[in-house]
Amino acid sequence: MQSSEERLRGLLIRGLAGDEAAYHVFLQDLSAHVRAFLRKRLSRLPDEVEDLVQETLLAVHNQRHTYDPQQPLTAWVYALARYKLVDLLRRRARRDLLHDPLDEESELLAVSDSEAGEAKRDLARLLDTLPERQRLPIVCVKLEGLSVAETARRTGISEASVKVGIHRGLKALAARLRTPR
Amino acid sequence: MKTDELVSLLARGAQVADRGAATRRAALALSGSGLLAFAFTATVLGLRPGWFGQAPASALFLREAYCTCLSVAGLLAARRLALPGRRVGALAWGLVLPIALMWALALFTLVQAPAPARLGLILGSTAAACPWLIALVAAPVFVALMWLARGLAPTRLAAAGALAGFASGACGALIYTLHCPELAAPFLAVWYLLGMLIPTAVGFFLGPRLLRW
Repeated sequence: MQSSEERLRGLLIRGLAGDEAAYHVFLQDLSAHVRAFLRKRLSRLPDEVEDLVQETLLAVHNQRHTYDPQQPLTAWVYALARYKLVDLLRRRARRDLLHDPLDEESELLAVSDSEAGEAKRDLARLLDTLPERQRLPIVCVKLEGLSVAETARRTGISEASVKVGIHRGLKALAARLRTPR
Repeated sequence: MKTDELVSLLARGAQVADRGAATRRAALALSGSGLLAFAFTATVLGLRPGWFGQAPASALFLREAYCTCLSVAGLLAARRLALPGRRVGALAWGLVLPIALMWALALFTLVQAPAPARLGLILGSTAAACPWLIALVAAPVFVALMWLARGLAPTRLAAAGALAGFASGACGALIYTLHCPELAAPFLAVWYLLGMLIPTAVGFFLGPRLLRW
């Protein structure tokens, strides 16, 4: 859908420039699109949908530096969502599910589903398994809303390491989501 | 954790995306691996400074231009495929055109040459070693490009691996020209291309394993 594409693209570009509120709206709206997209394709695995939505959102966030503002947002998100979907299906080795059509790129932003299901894996619990130098920065900055400087003061980790810890921690979280439970 | 909570977590305190980091990484990896490939060529294979002075300039230029074009187009195309949802697009011409032109020139050269000389034009004096040496020189660049691709987010892994392999092969060929005494178009059309296709095939098969994220 042209309008969703334009609106979300604008929000992401503002988000990439440091506009936190715009980025929040972007992720929230995007999660509804991704959910609808995945729900349709995972009709036989409905329990997996919310986990995969979260995995895709983490991928979008962790790979946001690979988005080229010249590029259609739909193509970029579609590639990430499809990659995560294929990855899941491959992991489950459910070859029969691969027969579902996976190539309807233009559709992604045309559908939307804001009704979140229950995630099976608890990200909060996964967060606890991260090493301290990654967990603490994420808890302070991302959950408690402290600034990087405050976090550095409170934890005794340098500001640069706080940033690196968040970055690596979210990547590690994404990697842990992929490992079989 | 609910998805809405994850959204809040991700959005809160999100830093401005650092676009310079990827460029610095690429510059470091490419110059480092290129230097390594050059060092291997210079020490193990040996350079031919004297020979370069005597070789016909036009043929020399053609060979270097061929390898340079393929290196640049290959690197740009490999970068595109290492990003989600990007296609090679018109850049494919940058890969196809030099190869097609070299093949046209090779055929023309062969047709012009007297029949008994044709096999010699194709085989030169180093045909057996050439593709393997190009692949060997390309190896450090191959590793660097795979590492770079892993740092991005390729979504079509075999294609991304193959193009990274081809780009490393073309860079390897470019560096290998510092050692290689062959200038005939038929030789370049066959053996240089084969040399570039070895890392391409390796990348194609290793891509799905090495580039998963």
